Amino acid sequence: MNARARRVLWMKVAAWVALSGPLAWGVYRWFLGDGFGFDPVQEIMRYSGFTAVWVLIAGLAVTPLRRWTGLNDLQKLRRLVGLWAFAYAAIHFTLYLSIDRFFEWDTIVEDLTERPFLIVGFLALLTMVPLALTSTKGWIRRLGKRWVTLHRLVYVSGGLALLHFWWGQKADLRNPMIAGAVLAVLLGARVWWATRSGRRTG
Amino acid sequence: MKKRAWDTIPSSDITPEEIYFNRREFLARAGLLGVAAAALTPDGVAAAIRGARAQRGQEVPLRVGADLQDEVSPEEVVTGWNNFYEFGTGKEDPARYSGDFEPSPWSVEITGEVANPGVYDLDDLVRPGEIEDRIYRLRCVEAWSLTVPWRGFPLRNLISRLEPTSRAKFVAFETVYRPDQMPGLRRNVLDWPYVEGLRIDEAANELAFMATGVYGKDLPNQNGAPLRLVVPWKYGFKSIKSIARIHFQEEMPPTSWNLSQPREYGFYANVNPNVDHPRWSQASHRVLPGIRRTDTLMFNGYAEQVAHLYAGMDLARWY
Repeated sequence: MNARARRVLWMKVAAWVALSGPLAWGVYRWFLGDGFGFDPVQEIMRYSGFTAVWVLIAGLAVTPLRRWTGLNDLQKLRRLVGLWAFAYAAIHFTLYLSIDRFFEWDTIVEDLTERPFLIVGFLALLTMVPLALTSTKGWIRRLGKRWVTLHRLVYVSGGLALLHFWWGQKADLRNPMIAGAVLAVLLGARVWWATRSGRRTG
Repeated sequence: MKKRAWDTIPSSDITPEEIYFNRREFLARAGLLGVAAAALTPDGVAAAIRGARAQRGQEVPLRVGADLQDEVSPEEVVTGWNNFYEFGTGKEDPARYSGDFEPSPWSVEITGEVANPGVYDLDDLVRPGEIEDRIYRLRCVEAWSLTVPWRGFPLRNLISRLEPTSRAKFVAFETVYRPDQMPGLRRNVLDWPYVEGLRIDEAANELAFMATGVYGKDLPNQNGAPLRLVVPWKYGFKSIKSIARIHFQEEMPPTSWNLSQPREYGFYANVNPNVDHPRWSQASHRVLPGIRRTDTLMFNGYAEQVAHLYAGMDLARWY
């Protein structure tokens, strides 16, 4: 293993530890810590959703950060971060189905067909499914250039997740505003590069 | 103030209402027009305050909600998990950031269509003899619930003392506005000051309550010290805290959450499992503390006492 491979490996280990941190902390809080307070369902839904949004944003930030910093190895972390974002979104949705709704399917169907706040959240998760499925080396090879096009869908996931985050607030919009500002910068950078160079940045 | 859409609703379009309690009967029951008048003199005020203090040390009768005694929520939840945006939007913010708030001395401004307007000291509004305990279910619009042992007095007693005129169709309430003591006011999360209102017959309903205490103690700041409304058949945000002004008027008053999100929060805000919030079902709610979910009852289980107030009204429209 050469020096570069070793560095990439350590970066991956560090990213893995950092990204699994919120999950470990959440599990600790639920079973051994404060139990997520007096309204555990609401608090854990907020916590898991907040984490999902920010990890998704972290995934979207990889390419711009590589370009700004010149650290090309960062690119090796992109799939890892993206898959963690999907995992957190899936955990968030599973918590909704289980401890929030107790698998009461009538209400769940009603939620996911009639309530825009929940519909956009569900769509954010759904749009991440094909991205997670086609994240393997095999699919990247098989899809070729179409893979790049397909994976731009992640900005749709990001937009839908932000909308869900935004609509989930009662009146205090600080948190979604910060997330929205960061997303706008990241998307803006992509658009800027695309229009300037005419090149696909992937 | 901006003209609100409903400022223009003619009062004739709204279910006719009367103050259907009998003022004279009340005065006879509370005893004592003479005592009430005496309390308005300085010496009388002092006596009333002493009386109130003595009363607090004594046995206070539990008049409503004895059947809920076994379900009363832990005090640490009721006093530690609050929506009181004047102290911050987090549920733990009110307990954390209300330390500088001064609930005493306190005065309430009474204005509008009323025979006895004026600025009243709190002790002039509270009659020691009518202090009682009531255990009420509290259903938040966010789909969670608590069961709270309030201490206070019936709102109808206060209203009858103030003698609203025949044009007083609504009662508007306003929370105190003190940016130096309420850090949440620095941000315009809502259009401050917080305002709420009731139709006068709702306000005169036997269940409408003015709380001055909880768990047998004075109200903590985070629960709306020193005087708050409690209307248990409505979502929690109707039960306005730290009341500094009560205004009687003919038109339906604006209310803070309705101004903020008119599609989500109506003037009436009656607990109703059949009318959902646009973002979530209101058919069930979580019983705090914990994750248990239970079915929400019409008017939060108080239909027997309040359903007649809304006879003939389309509650999906007047949500």
